[in-house]
Amino acid sequence: MSSERVDGEDVRDAVVGNAIVRYTAGDRTNHWVVAIAFILAALSGLAMFDPALFWLSDLFGSGPWTRVLHPFFGLLMVLAFALLAARVQSDNRMTGADWRWLRQWRDVVGNHEERLPEVGRYNAGQKLLFALMVVCLLGLLATGFIIWRQYFAFYFSIPLLRAAAIVHAACAFVLISGIIVHIYAGIWVRGSVRAMTRGMVTPGWAWRHHRAWFREVMRAARSRPGTD
Amino acid sequence: MALQSLDIVRRSATSQPPPGVRDAASDQVAKLIDVTKCIGCKACQVACMEWNDLRDQIGTNTGSYNNPPDLTDQSWTVMRFAEYENPNGNLEWLIRKDGCMHCEDPGCLKACPAPGAIVQYANGIVDFQEENCIGCGYCIAGCPFDVPRISKRDRKAYKCTLCSDRVAVGLEPACIKSCPTGALVFGTKQDMQQHAAERIEDLKSRGFENAGLYDPAGVGGAHVMYVLHHLDQPELYSGLPKDPKISPTVRFWKGIAKPIALAMMGVAALTGFFHYIRVGANETTPRDEEEAARARAAGPSGPPRGPAGPVSTPESRP
Repeated sequence: MSSERVDGEDVRDAVVGNAIVRYTAGDRTNHWVVAIAFILAALSGLAMFDPALFWLSDLFGSGPWTRVLHPFFGLLMVLAFALLAARVQSDNRMTGADWRWLRQWRDVVGNHEERLPEVGRYNAGQKLLFALMVVCLLGLLATGFIIWRQYFAFYFSIPLLRAAAIVHAACAFVLISGIIVHIYAGIWVRGSVRAMTRGMVTPGWAWRHHRAWFREVMRAARSRPGTD
Repeated sequence: MALQSLDIVRRSATSQPPPGVRDAASDQVAKLIDVTKCIGCKACQVACMEWNDLRDQIGTNTGSYNNPPDLTDQSWTVMRFAEYENPNGNLEWLIRKDGCMHCEDPGCLKACPAPGAIVQYANGIVDFQEENCIGCGYCIAGCPFDVPRISKRDRKAYKCTLCSDRVAVGLEPACIKSCPTGALVFGTKQDMQQHAAERIEDLKSRGFENAGLYDPAGVGGAHVMYVLHHLDQPELYSGLPKDPKISPTVRFWKGIAKPIALAMMGVAALTGFFHYIRVGANETTPRDEEEAARARAAGPSGPPRGPAGPVSTPESRP
Protein backbone atom coordinates (compact mmCIF):
# COMPACT_ATOMS: atom_id res chain seq x y z
CA MET A 1 0.00 0.00 0.00
CA SER A 2 1.48 3.29 -1.02
CA SER A 3 1.29 5.53 1.97
CA GLU A 4 1.29 8.93 0.31
CA ARG A 5 -1.41 10.29 -1.95
CA VAL A 6 -0.52 11.99 -5.18
CA ASP A 7 -2.08 15.41 -5.17
CA GLY A 8 -4.81 15.98 -7.69
CA GLU A 9 -5.48 12.29 -8.34
CA ASP A 10 -9.09 11.84 -7.39
CA VAL A 11 -10.40 9.93 -10.37
CA ARG A 12 -12.14 6.64 -9.78
CA ASP A 13 -10.14 3.64 -11.08
CA ALA A 14 -7.08 5.78 -11.78
CA VAL A 15 -3.76 4.02 -11.26
CA VAL A 16 -1.54 6.25 -9.18
CA GLY A 17 1.96 4.92 -8.77
CA ASN A 18 1.48 1.53 -7.20
CA ALA A 19 -2.10 2.12 -6.05
CA ILE A 20 -5.56 2.16 -7.55
CA VAL A 21 -8.17 4.76 -6.69
CA ARG A 22 -11.19 2.73 -5.56
CA TYR A 23 -13.21 5.53 -3.98
CA THR A 24 -12.94 9.24 -4.75
CA ALA A 25 -13.22 11.86 -2.04
CA GLY A 26 -16.84 12.34 -3.11
CA ASP A 27 -17.58 8.62 -2.83
CA ARG A 28 -16.01 8.48 0.60
CA THR A 29 -17.78 11.56 1.92
CA ASN A 30 -21.09 10.25 0.68
CA HIS A 31 -20.50 6.84 2.23
CA TRP A 32 -19.61 8.30 5.62
CA VAL A 33 -22.56 10.67 5.67
CA VAL A 34 -24.76 7.61 5.17
CA ALA A 35 -22.81 5.77 7.87
CA ILE A 36 -23.09 8.57 10.43
CA ALA A 37 -26.79 9.06 9.71
CA PHE A 38 -27.26 5.30 10.07
CA ILE A 39 -25.58 5.22 13.48
CA LEU A 40 -27.69 8.12 14.73
CA ALA A 41 -30.94 6.71 13.33
CA ALA A 42 -30.20 3.20 14.59
CA LEU A 43 -29.28 4.26 18.12
CA SER A 44 -32.24 6.61 18.48
CA GLY A 45 -34.57 4.01 16.94
CA LEU A 46 -33.34 1.21 19.18
CA ALA A 47 -33.97 3.46 22.18
CA MET A 48 -37.65 3.52 21.24
CA PHE A 49 -37.79 -0.11 20.11
CA ASP A 50 -36.81 -1.88 23.30
CA PRO A 51 -37.00 -0.42 26.82
CA ALA A 52 -33.79 -2.33 27.58
CA LEU A 53 -32.09 0.18 25.28
CA PHE A 54 -34.02 3.27 26.35
CA TRP A 55 -30.83 4.59 27.96
CA LEU A 56 -29.58 5.29 24.43
CA SER A 57 -32.02 8.21 24.44
CA ASP A 58 -29.61 9.97 26.83
CA LEU A 59 -27.17 10.22 23.92
CA PHE A 60 -29.61 12.54 22.21
CA GLY A 61 -30.50 14.67 25.21
CA SER A 62 -33.70 13.02 26.44
CA GLY A 63 -36.56 10.78 25.43
CA PRO A 64 -38.50 13.62 23.79
CA TRP A 65 -35.38 14.78 21.90
CA THR A 66 -34.81 11.25 20.68
CA ARG A 67 -38.39 11.15 19.40
CA VAL A 68 -37.97 14.56 17.73
CA LEU A 69 -34.61 13.82 16.09
CA HIS A 70 -35.00 10.21 14.98
CA PRO A 71 -37.10 10.89 11.86
CA PHE A 72 -34.66 13.56 10.71
CA PHE A 73 -31.71 11.17 11.11
CA GLY A 74 -33.69 8.71 9.04
CA LEU A 75 -34.44 11.24 6.32
CA LEU A 76 -30.78 12.26 6.20
CA MET A 77 -29.79 8.64 5.73
CA VAL A 78 -32.34 8.08 2.97
CA LEU A 79 -31.28 11.22 1.10
CA ALA A 80 -27.56 10.50 1.42
CA PHE A 81 -28.10 6.87 0.43
CA ALA A 82 -30.10 7.93 -2.63
CA LEU A 83 -27.06 9.91 -3.80
CA LEU A 84 -24.73 7.02 -3.01
CA ALA A 85 -27.02 4.60 -4.83
CA ALA A 86 -26.90 6.81 -7.91
CA ARG A 87 -23.10 6.50 -7.81
CA VAL A 88 -22.88 2.76 -7.39
CA GLN A 89 -26.06 1.17 -8.65
CA SER A 90 -24.71 0.36 -12.12
CA ASP A 91 -21.97 -1.78 -10.52
CA ASN A 92 -24.44 -3.60 -8.29
CA ARG A 93 -26.43 -5.70 -10.75
CA MET A 94 -26.36 -9.42 -10.01
CA THR A 95 -24.81 -11.66 -12.70
CA GLY A 96 -24.63 -15.40 -13.19
CA ALA A 97 -21.14 -15.43 -11.68
CA ASP A 98 -22.53 -13.68 -8.61
CA TRP A 99 -24.98 -16.48 -7.94
CA ARG A 100 -22.17 -18.97 -8.33
CA TRP A 101 -20.13 -16.90 -5.87
CA LEU A 102 -23.00 -17.06 -3.39
CA ARG A 103 -23.42 -20.82 -3.79
CA GLN A 104 -19.74 -21.13 -2.88
CA TRP A 105 -20.25 -19.18 0.35
CA ARG A 106 -18.14 -21.71 2.25
CA ASP A 107 -15.13 -20.67 0.21
CA VAL A 108 -16.03 -17.04 0.82
CA VAL A 109 -16.10 -17.29 4.61
CA GLY A 110 -13.14 -19.68 4.55
CA ASN A 111 -10.88 -17.14 2.81
CA HIS A 112 -10.54 -19.34 -0.28
CA GLU A 113 -11.06 -16.60 -2.82
CA GLU A 114 -8.89 -18.39 -5.36
CA ARG A 115 -11.72 -20.93 -5.79
CA LEU A 116 -14.34 -18.28 -6.53
CA PRO A 117 -15.35 -16.75 -9.84
CA GLU A 118 -13.55 -13.52 -10.62
CA VAL A 119 -15.29 -10.60 -8.96
CA GLY A 120 -15.90 -7.20 -10.54
CA ARG A 121 -15.99 -3.90 -8.69
CA TYR A 122 -18.39 -5.42 -6.13
CA ASN A 123 -18.89 -9.00 -5.05
CA ALA A 124 -22.27 -10.70 -4.67
CA GLY A 125 -22.35 -10.05 -0.93
CA GLN A 126 -21.88 -6.35 -1.47
CA LYS A 127 -24.53 -6.36 -4.18
CA LEU A 128 -27.00 -8.14 -1.92
CA LEU A 129 -26.34 -5.63 0.85
CA PHE A 130 -26.98 -2.86 -1.64
CA ALA A 131 -30.32 -4.39 -2.68
CA LEU A 132 -31.23 -5.00 0.95
CA MET A 133 -30.51 -1.39 1.83
CA VAL A 134 -32.64 -0.12 -1.04
CA VAL A 135 -35.59 -2.27 0.00
CA CYS A 136 -35.26 -1.60 3.74
CA LEU A 137 -34.79 2.14 3.35
CA LEU A 138 -37.82 2.41 1.09
CA GLY A 139 -39.81 0.47 3.68
CA LEU A 140 -38.50 2.59 6.52
CA LEU A 141 -39.22 5.79 4.62
CA ALA A 142 -42.83 4.91 3.81
CA THR A 143 -43.71 3.51 7.24
CA GLY A 144 -41.70 6.20 9.00
CA PHE A 145 -43.90 8.91 7.53
CA ILE A 146 -47.02 7.03 8.62
CA ILE A 147 -45.92 6.80 12.27
CA TRP A 148 -44.35 10.29 12.38
CA ARG A 149 -46.69 11.55 15.10
CA GLN A 150 -45.82 15.23 14.96
CA TYR A 151 -46.61 15.81 11.29
CA PHE A 152 -48.24 12.83 9.63
CA ALA A 153 -49.60 10.09 11.89
CA PHE A 154 -52.97 11.79 12.37
CA TYR A 155 -53.72 11.32 8.67
CA PHE A 156 -53.73 7.54 9.06
CA SER A 157 -56.02 4.96 10.64
CA ILE A 158 -54.95 3.17 13.79
CA PRO A 159 -54.75 -0.30 12.15
CA LEU A 160 -52.46 1.20 9.53
CA LEU A 161 -50.32 2.79 12.28
CA ARG A 162 -49.92 -0.60 13.94
CA ALA A 163 -48.95 -2.28 10.67
CA ALA A 164 -46.54 0.53 9.82
CA ALA A 165 -44.89 0.33 13.24
CA ILE A 166 -44.20 -3.39 12.92
CA VAL A 167 -42.96 -3.10 9.32
CA HIS A 168 -40.74 -0.19 10.37
CA ALA A 169 -39.22 -2.28 13.15
CA ALA A 170 -38.78 -5.29 10.85
CA CYS A 171 -37.04 -3.24 8.14
CA ALA A 172 -34.80 -1.63 10.75
CA PHE A 173 -33.90 -5.03 12.16
CA VAL A 174 -32.92 -6.40 8.74
CA LEU A 175 -30.99 -3.22 7.93
CA ILE A 176 -29.07 -3.18 11.22
CA SER A 177 -28.25 -6.87 10.88
CA GLY A 178 -27.04 -6.25 7.33
CA ILE A 179 -24.86 -3.37 8.47
CA ILE A 180 -23.37 -5.50 11.25
CA VAL A 181 -22.27 -7.95 8.53
CA HIS A 182 -21.03 -5.04 6.40
CA ILE A 183 -18.93 -3.62 9.26
CA TYR A 184 -17.47 -7.02 10.03
CA ALA A 185 -16.64 -7.56 6.36
CA GLY A 186 -14.69 -4.31 6.47
CA ILE A 187 -12.68 -5.54 9.44
CA TRP A 188 -12.25 -9.02 8.00
CA VAL A 189 -11.10 -8.11 4.50
CA ARG A 190 -7.95 -6.14 5.21
CA GLY A 191 -7.47 -3.01 3.15
CA SER A 192 -11.19 -2.30 2.86
CA VAL A 193 -11.26 0.29 5.62
CA ARG A 194 -8.33 2.06 4.03
CA ALA A 195 -10.16 1.99 0.70
CA MET A 196 -13.11 3.78 2.28
CA THR A 197 -11.03 6.21 4.36
CA ARG A 198 -8.14 7.06 2.04
CA GLY A 199 -9.61 5.86 -1.26
CA MET A 200 -6.66 3.71 -2.35
CA VAL A 201 -6.11 -0.01 -2.70
CA THR A 202 -2.99 -1.89 -3.79
CA PRO A 203 -2.98 -3.80 -7.07
CA GLY A 204 -2.56 -6.99 -5.01
CA TRP A 205 -5.74 -6.19 -3.06
CA ALA A 206 -7.67 -5.63 -6.25
CA TRP A 207 -6.16 -8.77 -7.77
CA ARG A 208 -7.09 -10.87 -4.76
CA HIS A 209 -10.60 -9.61 -4.08
CA HIS A 210 -11.88 -7.99 -7.27
CA ARG A 211 -9.86 -9.52 -10.10
CA ALA A 212 -12.28 -8.71 -12.90
CA TRP A 213 -12.26 -5.10 -11.76
CA PHE A 214 -8.45 -5.17 -11.58
CA ARG A 215 -8.29 -6.30 -15.20
CA GLU A 216 -10.69 -3.54 -16.23
CA VAL A 217 -8.68 -0.91 -14.41
CA MET A 218 -5.46 -2.09 -16.03
CA ARG A 219 -7.06 -2.21 -19.47
CA ALA A 220 -8.32 1.32 -19.06
CA ALA A 221 -4.98 2.53 -17.72
CA ARG A 222 -3.22 1.09 -20.75
CA SER A 223 -5.52 2.91 -23.15
CA ARG A 224 -4.89 6.13 -21.22
CA PRO A 225 -1.17 6.64 -21.66
CA GLY A 226 0.52 8.75 -19.04
CA THR A 227 -1.61 7.80 -16.09
CA ASP A 228 0.14 4.49 -15.61
CA MET B 1 -42.73 8.11 43.39
CA ALA B 2 -41.89 4.89 45.20
CA LEU B 3 -44.28 4.95 48.11
CA GLN B 4 -47.21 7.20 47.62
CA SER B 5 -50.90 7.25 48.26
CA LEU B 6 -51.52 5.04 45.23
CA ASP B 7 -49.16 2.11 44.83
CA ILE B 8 -48.01 1.31 41.32
CA VAL B 9 -48.37 -2.27 40.10
CA ARG B 10 -47.41 -1.82 36.46
CA ARG B 11 -45.04 0.64 34.84
CA SER B 12 -44.48 1.15 31.11
CA ALA B 13 -41.17 0.04 29.54
CA THR B 14 -40.02 -1.47 32.81
CA SER B 15 -39.31 -5.16 33.20
CA GLN B 16 -38.38 -5.26 36.87
CA PRO B 17 -41.33 -5.11 39.30
CA PRO B 18 -42.24 -1.81 40.96
CA PRO B 19 -41.98 -1.54 44.78
CA GLY B 20 -44.37 -4.16 46.07
CA VAL B 21 -43.91 -4.94 49.75
CA ARG B 22 -46.83 -2.75 50.73
CA ASP B 23 -49.66 -5.13 50.19
CA ALA B 24 -52.07 -2.58 48.83
CA ALA B 25 -55.13 -2.68 50.99
CA SER B 26 -57.12 -0.69 48.49
CA ASP B 27 -59.77 -2.56 46.57
CA GLN B 28 -60.02 -2.42 42.82
CA VAL B 29 -62.11 0.55 41.91
CA ALA B 30 -64.48 1.00 39.01
CA LYS B 31 -66.66 3.62 37.43
CA LEU B 32 -70.01 2.33 36.30
CA ILE B 33 -71.67 4.22 33.45
CA ASP B 34 -75.33 3.30 33.23
CA VAL B 35 -76.08 4.28 29.66
CA THR B 36 -79.76 3.50 30.24
CA LYS B 37 -80.01 6.32 32.76
CA CYS B 38 -77.95 8.91 30.90
CA ILE B 39 -79.80 11.96 29.61
CA GLY B 40 -76.83 13.46 27.75
CA CYS B 41 -76.65 16.64 29.83
CA LYS B 42 -72.84 16.74 29.65
CA ALA B 43 -72.48 17.81 33.26
CA CYS B 44 -69.72 15.19 33.50
CA GLN B 45 -67.85 16.84 30.63
CA VAL B 46 -68.03 20.17 32.40
CA ALA B 47 -67.01 18.70 35.75
CA CYS B 48 -64.02 17.04 34.06
CA MET B 49 -62.94 20.34 32.50
CA GLU B 50 -63.36 22.13 35.77
CA TRP B 51 -61.54 19.71 38.04
CA ASN B 52 -58.69 19.13 35.62
CA ASP B 53 -58.41 22.76 34.47
CA LEU B 54 -59.00 21.90 30.84
CA ARG B 55 -60.48 24.32 28.33
CA ASP B 56 -60.98 22.94 24.84
CA GLN B 57 -61.25 25.25 21.85
CA ILE B 58 -64.72 26.41 20.96
CA GLY B 59 -65.57 24.07 18.11
CA THR B 60 -68.06 24.13 15.29
CA ASN B 61 -71.47 22.50 15.07
CA THR B 62 -71.12 19.28 13.12
CA GLY B 63 -74.85 18.63 12.98
CA SER B 64 -74.87 16.47 16.07
CA TYR B 65 -75.12 16.90 19.81
CA ASN B 66 -71.56 15.54 20.01
CA ASN B 67 -69.66 18.53 21.24
CA PRO B 68 -66.72 18.49 20.99
CA PRO B 69 -67.04 15.92 18.21
CA ASP B 70 -64.19 13.79 19.52
CA LEU B 71 -61.90 13.27 22.49
CA THR B 72 -58.98 15.69 22.55
CA ASP B 73 -56.05 16.46 24.82
CA GLN B 74 -58.39 18.98 26.49
CA SER B 75 -61.55 16.87 26.45
CA TRP B 76 -60.90 13.64 28.33
CA THR B 77 -64.53 12.60 28.23
CA VAL B 78 -67.14 13.20 25.54
CA MET B 79 -70.80 12.26 25.27
CA ARG B 80 -71.44 10.38 22.04
CA PHE B 81 -74.99 10.51 20.70
CA ALA B 82 -76.28 7.74 18.44
CA GLU B 83 -79.74 7.44 16.95
CA TYR B 84 -80.84 3.85 16.56
CA GLU B 85 -84.09 2.68 15.03
CA ASN B 86 -84.92 -0.61 16.69
CA PRO B 87 -86.70 -3.53 14.93
CA ASN B 88 -90.06 -2.27 16.28
CA GLY B 89 -89.54 0.95 14.38
CA ASN B 90 -88.94 3.01 17.50
CA LEU B 91 -86.11 5.46 17.86
CA GLU B 92 -83.59 4.86 20.61
CA TRP B 93 -81.25 7.66 21.54
CA LEU B 94 -78.14 5.87 22.76
CA ILE B 95 -75.87 8.25 24.60
CA ARG B 96 -72.50 6.98 25.73
CA LYS B 97 -69.97 8.81 27.85
CA ASP B 98 -66.71 7.99 26.06
CA GLY B 99 -63.27 8.09 27.62
CA CYS B 100 -60.54 5.87 28.96
CA MET B 101 -61.76 2.41 30.01
CA HIS B 102 -58.85 1.84 32.42
CA CYS B 103 -58.24 -1.66 31.11
CA GLU B 104 -56.84 -4.29 33.45
CA ASP B 105 -54.43 -5.17 30.60
CA PRO B 106 -53.77 -1.74 29.09
CA GLY B 107 -52.67 -1.65 25.45
CA CYS B 108 -51.29 1.87 25.89
CA LEU B 109 -48.98 0.72 28.67
CA LYS B 110 -47.89 -2.28 26.63
CA ALA B 111 -46.95 -0.12 23.64
CA CYS B 112 -45.28 2.72 25.57
CA PRO B 113 -41.47 2.83 25.10
CA ALA B 114 -40.82 5.44 27.81
CA PRO B 115 -40.14 4.05 31.29
CA GLY B 116 -42.80 5.22 33.72
CA ALA B 117 -44.80 7.33 31.28
CA ILE B 118 -47.81 5.08 31.86
CA VAL B 119 -48.52 3.38 35.17
CA GLN B 120 -51.25 1.24 36.61
CA TYR B 121 -52.09 1.68 40.26
CA ALA B 122 -53.02 -1.13 42.62
CA ASN B 123 -56.61 0.08 42.51
CA GLY B 124 -56.70 -0.47 38.74
CA ILE B 125 -56.48 3.11 37.50
CA VAL B 126 -54.27 3.54 34.43
CA ASP B 127 -52.55 6.90 34.56
CA PHE B 128 -50.27 8.81 32.22
CA GLN B 129 -47.27 10.47 33.87
CA GLU B 130 -46.72 13.19 31.31
CA GLU B 131 -43.32 14.22 32.67
CA ASN B 132 -41.98 10.88 31.39
CA CYS B 133 -43.89 10.95 28.09
CA ILE B 134 -41.74 11.37 24.97
CA GLY B 135 -44.66 12.07 22.62
CA CYS B 136 -44.14 9.16 20.21
CA GLY B 137 -47.85 8.29 20.09
CA TYR B 138 -47.32 4.53 20.46
CA CYS B 139 -50.07 4.54 23.14
CA ILE B 140 -52.49 5.58 20.39
CA ALA B 141 -51.52 2.51 18.37
CA GLY B 142 -51.73 0.35 21.49
CA CYS B 143 -55.16 1.44 22.73
CA PRO B 144 -58.07 -0.78 21.60
CA PHE B 145 -60.54 2.08 22.25
CA ASP B 146 -58.83 5.02 20.45
CA VAL B 147 -58.60 7.10 23.61
CA PRO B 148 -55.17 8.75 24.10
CA ARG B 149 -54.59 12.11 22.45
CA ILE B 150 -51.29 13.91 21.91
CA SER B 151 -51.39 17.60 22.72
CA LYS B 152 -50.25 19.95 19.97
CA ARG B 153 -49.07 22.29 22.70
CA ASP B 154 -46.57 20.10 24.54
CA ARG B 155 -46.54 16.88 22.44
CA LYS B 156 -47.50 14.77 25.44
CA ALA B 157 -50.26 12.18 25.64
CA TYR B 158 -53.37 12.86 27.71
CA LYS B 159 -56.51 10.98 28.69
CA CYS B 160 -58.92 10.48 31.59
CA THR B 161 -57.07 9.90 34.88
CA LEU B 162 -60.18 8.56 36.59
CA CYS B 163 -59.38 11.52 38.84
CA SER B 164 -56.56 9.52 40.42
CA ASP B 165 -55.70 12.62 42.45
CA ARG B 166 -59.19 12.67 43.94
CA VAL B 167 -59.45 8.91 44.38
CA ALA B 168 -56.10 8.90 46.18
CA VAL B 169 -57.61 11.04 48.94
CA GLY B 170 -60.89 9.18 49.13
CA LEU B 171 -62.99 11.34 46.82
CA GLU B 172 -64.95 10.10 43.84
CA PRO B 173 -64.08 11.31 40.32
CA ALA B 174 -65.39 14.75 39.34
CA CYS B 175 -67.73 13.39 36.68
CA ILE B 176 -69.44 11.09 39.21
CA LYS B 177 -69.99 14.07 41.51
CA SER B 178 -71.80 16.00 38.80
CA CYS B 179 -74.16 13.36 37.37
CA PRO B 180 -77.78 14.42 38.05
CA THR B 181 -79.46 11.09 37.22
CA GLY B 182 -77.20 8.63 38.97
CA ALA B 183 -76.06 7.22 35.66
CA LEU B 184 -72.48 7.54 36.91
CA VAL B 185 -71.50 5.59 39.99
CA PHE B 186 -68.10 4.94 41.51
CA GLY B 187 -66.92 2.40 44.03
CA THR B 188 -65.15 -0.91 44.34
CA LYS B 189 -65.33 -2.99 41.22
CA GLN B 190 -67.26 -5.67 43.11
CA ASP B 191 -69.87 -3.18 44.34
CA MET B 192 -70.23 -1.79 40.84
CA GLN B 193 -70.78 -5.26 39.41
CA GLN B 194 -73.41 -5.89 42.03
CA HIS B 195 -75.10 -2.57 41.36
CA ALA B 196 -75.02 -3.28 37.64
CA ALA B 197 -76.59 -6.68 38.17
CA GLU B 198 -79.57 -5.07 39.88
CA ARG B 199 -79.91 -2.56 37.08
CA ILE B 200 -79.72 -5.27 34.44
CA GLU B 201 -82.41 -7.31 36.18
CA ASP B 202 -84.65 -4.26 36.15
CA LEU B 203 -83.93 -3.60 32.47
CA LYS B 204 -84.68 -7.20 31.55
CA SER B 205 -87.98 -7.04 33.38
CA ARG B 206 -88.83 -4.04 31.22
CA GLY B 207 -88.19 -5.78 27.92
CA PHE B 208 -84.51 -5.19 27.31
CA GLU B 209 -83.66 -8.86 27.27
CA ASN B 210 -80.13 -8.28 25.96
CA ALA B 211 -79.27 -5.77 28.67
CA GLY B 212 -75.94 -6.47 30.28
CA LEU B 213 -72.68 -5.25 31.74
CA TYR B 214 -69.91 -4.26 29.34
CA ASP B 215 -66.71 -5.31 31.09
CA PRO B 216 -64.62 -6.60 28.16
CA ALA B 217 -62.73 -9.78 28.97
CA GLY B 218 -60.39 -9.27 26.01
CA VAL B 219 -58.55 -6.55 27.96
CA GLY B 220 -58.76 -8.44 31.25
CA GLY B 221 -61.84 -6.50 32.28
CA ALA B 222 -61.98 -2.76 32.74
CA HIS B 223 -62.22 -0.25 35.55
CA VAL B 224 -64.82 1.67 33.62
CA MET B 225 -67.88 -0.41 32.80
CA TYR B 226 -71.12 0.27 30.96
CA VAL B 227 -74.63 -0.95 31.60
CA LEU B 228 -76.01 -1.33 28.06
CA HIS B 229 -79.55 -2.09 26.92
CA HIS B 230 -78.03 -3.98 23.99
CA LEU B 231 -74.94 -5.80 25.24
CA ASP B 232 -75.21 -8.01 22.14
CA GLN B 233 -74.66 -4.99 19.88
CA PRO B 234 -72.19 -2.62 21.59
CA GLU B 235 -71.36 -1.13 18.17
CA LEU B 236 -74.70 0.66 18.31
CA TYR B 237 -73.24 2.94 20.96
CA SER B 238 -71.12 5.03 18.58
CA GLY B 239 -68.85 2.12 17.72
CA LEU B 240 -68.08 0.63 21.11
CA PRO B 241 -65.99 -2.41 20.10
CA LYS B 242 -67.62 -5.81 20.56
CA ASP B 243 -64.53 -7.73 21.55
CA PRO B 244 -61.75 -5.24 22.30
CA LYS B 245 -58.28 -6.61 22.88
CA ILE B 246 -54.72 -5.52 22.40
CA SER B 247 -54.03 -5.95 18.68
CA PRO B 248 -51.89 -9.03 17.91
CA THR B 249 -49.64 -6.72 15.90
CA VAL B 250 -48.97 -4.60 18.98
CA ARG B 251 -48.51 -7.71 21.14
CA PHE B 252 -45.91 -9.04 18.74
CA TRP B 253 -44.19 -5.68 18.22
CA LYS B 254 -43.92 -4.89 21.91
CA GLY B 255 -43.63 -8.50 23.01
CA ILE B 256 -41.58 -11.31 21.55
CA ALA B 257 -40.19 -9.22 18.67
CA LYS B 258 -37.99 -7.20 21.04
CA PRO B 259 -35.89 -9.97 22.60
CA ILE B 260 -35.74 -11.93 19.34
CA ALA B 261 -34.53 -8.96 17.32
CA LEU B 262 -31.92 -7.94 19.89
CA ALA B 263 -30.71 -11.52 20.28
CA MET B 264 -30.37 -11.99 16.54
CA MET B 265 -28.42 -8.76 16.14
CA GLY B 266 -26.18 -9.91 18.97
CA VAL B 267 -25.73 -13.27 17.26
CA ALA B 268 -24.77 -11.50 14.02
CA ALA B 269 -22.07 -9.53 15.83
CA LEU B 270 -20.83 -12.61 17.73
CA THR B 271 -20.75 -14.64 14.53
CA GLY B 272 -18.41 -12.04 13.10
CA PHE B 273 -16.25 -12.09 16.22
CA PHE B 274 -15.87 -15.86 16.25
CA HIS B 275 -15.31 -15.98 12.52
CA TYR B 276 -12.38 -13.68 13.11
CA ILE B 277 -11.14 -15.86 15.97
CA ARG B 278 -11.42 -19.08 13.95
CA VAL B 279 -10.71 -18.06 10.34
CA GLY B 280 -9.02 -14.72 10.72
CA ALA B 281 -8.57 -11.74 8.49
CA ASN B 282 -8.48 -12.03 4.75
CA GLU B 283 -5.18 -10.36 3.98
CA THR B 284 -3.51 -9.49 0.72
CA THR B 285 -0.30 -11.50 0.49
CA PRO B 286 2.99 -10.57 -1.17
CA ARG B 287 2.14 -13.28 -3.67
CA ASP B 288 -1.02 -11.36 -4.62
CA GLU B 289 1.04 -8.26 -5.20
CA GLU B 290 3.51 -10.19 -7.33
CA GLU B 291 0.79 -11.76 -9.41
CA ALA B 292 -0.89 -8.40 -9.82
CA ALA B 293 2.39 -6.86 -10.95
CA ARG B 294 2.94 -9.70 -13.39
CA ALA B 295 -0.59 -9.38 -14.78
CA ARG B 296 -0.12 -5.65 -15.10
CA ALA B 297 3.13 -6.07 -17.03
CA ALA B 298 1.80 -8.86 -19.22
CA GLY B 299 -1.03 -6.82 -20.61
CA PRO B 300 -4.53 -7.86 -21.63
CA SER B 301 -3.46 -11.15 -23.21
CA GLY B 302 -1.45 -12.02 -20.12
CA PRO B 303 -1.85 -14.65 -17.44
CA PRO B 304 -4.73 -17.08 -17.30
CA ARG B 305 -8.18 -15.68 -16.69
CA GLY B 306 -11.27 -17.24 -15.29
CA PRO B 307 -11.99 -18.72 -11.92
CA ALA B 308 -9.72 -20.64 -9.66
CA GLY B 309 -6.33 -19.59 -10.88
CA PRO B 310 -4.31 -22.47 -9.43
CA VAL B 311 -1.27 -20.21 -9.17
CA SER B 312 -2.43 -18.67 -5.93
CA THR B 313 -3.61 -21.85 -4.26
CA PRO B 314 -0.39 -22.77 -2.49
CA GLU B 315 -0.33 -19.36 -0.88
CA SER B 316 -3.92 -19.46 0.26
CA ARG B 317 -4.57 -19.44 3.95
CA PRO B 318 -5.78 -22.47 5.83
